[in-house]
Amino acid sequence: MTEAGEVGPGAKAARSTASPAAAHAAVAAAFREEAGHLTASLVRSLGDFDLAEESVQEAVVQALEHWPREGIPTRPAAWLLTVARRRALNRLSRDARYAAKLAELVREPPPEPDDRLQLIFTCCHPALRREWQVALTLRAVFGFTTGEIARAFVASEEAVAQRIVRAKRKIASAGIPYRMPGPEELPDRLSEVLAVLYLLLNEGHLATSGSGWRRDLSEDALWLTGLLCRLLPGEPEALGLLALMRLHLARADARFTETGDLVRLADQDRSLWDHEAIREALALIERAAAMRRPGPYQVEAAIAACHAEAPSFESTDWMQVVALYDLLLEMEPSPVVRLNRALVVWRVAGAEAALRELDGLAGDLDGYHIYHAARGELLSVMGRDEQARAARLQAHDLTHNQAERALLRQRLLL
Amino acid sequence: MKYILLFCGTRDDARPASSAEDVQRTYANVGNWLTRNSSRIGSIHQLQPPDTATTVLLEGQSRPIVKDGPFLEGKEMVGGYCEIDVADLDEALELAKTWPGRTQAVEIRPVVPHDLPAELNRP
Repeated sequence: MTEAGEVGPGAKAARSTASPAAAHAAVAAAFREEAGHLTASLVRSLGDFDLAEESVQEAVVQALEHWPREGIPTRPAAWLLTVARRRALNRLSRDARYAAKLAELVREPPPEPDDRLQLIFTCCHPALRREWQVALTLRAVFGFTTGEIARAFVASEEAVAQRIVRAKRKIASAGIPYRMPGPEELPDRLSEVLAVLYLLLNEGHLATSGSGWRRDLSEDALWLTGLLCRLLPGEPEALGLLALMRLHLARADARFTETGDLVRLADQDRSLWDHEAIREALALIERAAAMRRPGPYQVEAAIAACHAEAPSFESTDWMQVVALYDLLLEMEPSPVVRLNRALVVWRVAGAEAALRELDGLAGDLDGYHIYHAARGELLSVMGRDEQARAARLQAHDLTHNQAERALLRQRLLL
Repeated sequence: MKYILLFCGTRDDARPASSAEDVQRTYANVGNWLTRNSSRIGSIHQLQPPDTATTVLLEGQSRPIVKDGPFLEGKEMVGGYCEIDVADLDEALELAKTWPGRTQAVEIRPVVPHDLPAELNRP
């Protein structure tokens, strides 16, 4: 395990004798090691983001057909490069303007220092919409197929393909450059990248091992955040997000029952938490704090650490958590953060105080299932059963995630 | 690459009218900005307010129809524009971020590159 916390099996570990799910997971791990490098090197040699990205996608799709059955080749990078290059050559040969680029392509690209950063920053350029950034990053950096992205986000393949097309069209027509941001732009640009990774974490951590194989977005997000921390070692917010992810994932085993049902924090068996990972996350938080540039991800990680360090739900240092939420609200006033803070106020000042805080958020959060679920809990504790039931029903109707729905059904005793 | 920076605002601007000194200072700042970036800037124009606009309707009419007022409805308006020639969007963003005029927002639009006949390309 590297210092910044890379996880997952390396490409070499994969064998086709394993279960289909394990074979897929190994292939996914190989893709994320190789796809970004390959896209970056093709963008460099072709000078055409669209063509490079499409060629890598073709290679990934072909690898998905072959590798799970035949095993991962000993040199996965060379295998993918061969296919991607053939694809690019096919397209280029129809276009006379590319004669010079063809010559470039036939040569093996020289080993370069890691230039995946440029790729990541281009995919997460602020001139692209968030959903485009996400889809493009997943394809170009992680080697996801369009179908995998669609499954991960419960969207149609067509819709995802549209996002990719529009993003690449804007990159070309608006002149979005393929370059590292300068030092003065870096904080803003990095926060775009971190926002995409944070979104992957949140989408991923509720993914259950339901029907069919599905790539674990949070593991992928953790991997890329680890990579960012190694390539940009002086950025405390990247470290903060990495710590936050490790804390989330350290508690993953306790978050679901064997049948895939969601378990609330208060009810989780804390002996199932990965305490080694929690210790490593705490060290990351300290390393970030030593840089003396606080930010929202570091604060969120500190909040998660308060929970992770508490031996039981009751012994959580709630006062400290409230103080951290206040700090977070100063940095980033958001109704969702205020909702989370209200739930901590419940522990410190009682249900009535918490409900008062929630009432002030009704306008902003009426469409958010967690808001109604939280109201349901509070009203139930206060003995207002009818209202509690109505709130929980509303939460249930607003939820799409199966595990969350099941938990809400259980609270409703449906 | 060529881009047009559109200086945008809302029509019924709630902000109080600027004092004469403010206007002067803004013009001075814009002047400095133009000098500093002269190699990257083509034409730049401030537009008279939308109530001075006249619109000629073409499509869906049997012949062109002239009417008073702007075509774009709603509160948003374009108060001026600036043509720039820079390497890429990031450079355009850098210029837009430093624009010192009294403007709510700057919209950056890439210009479609047309290969015009050489005689038309001459200034």
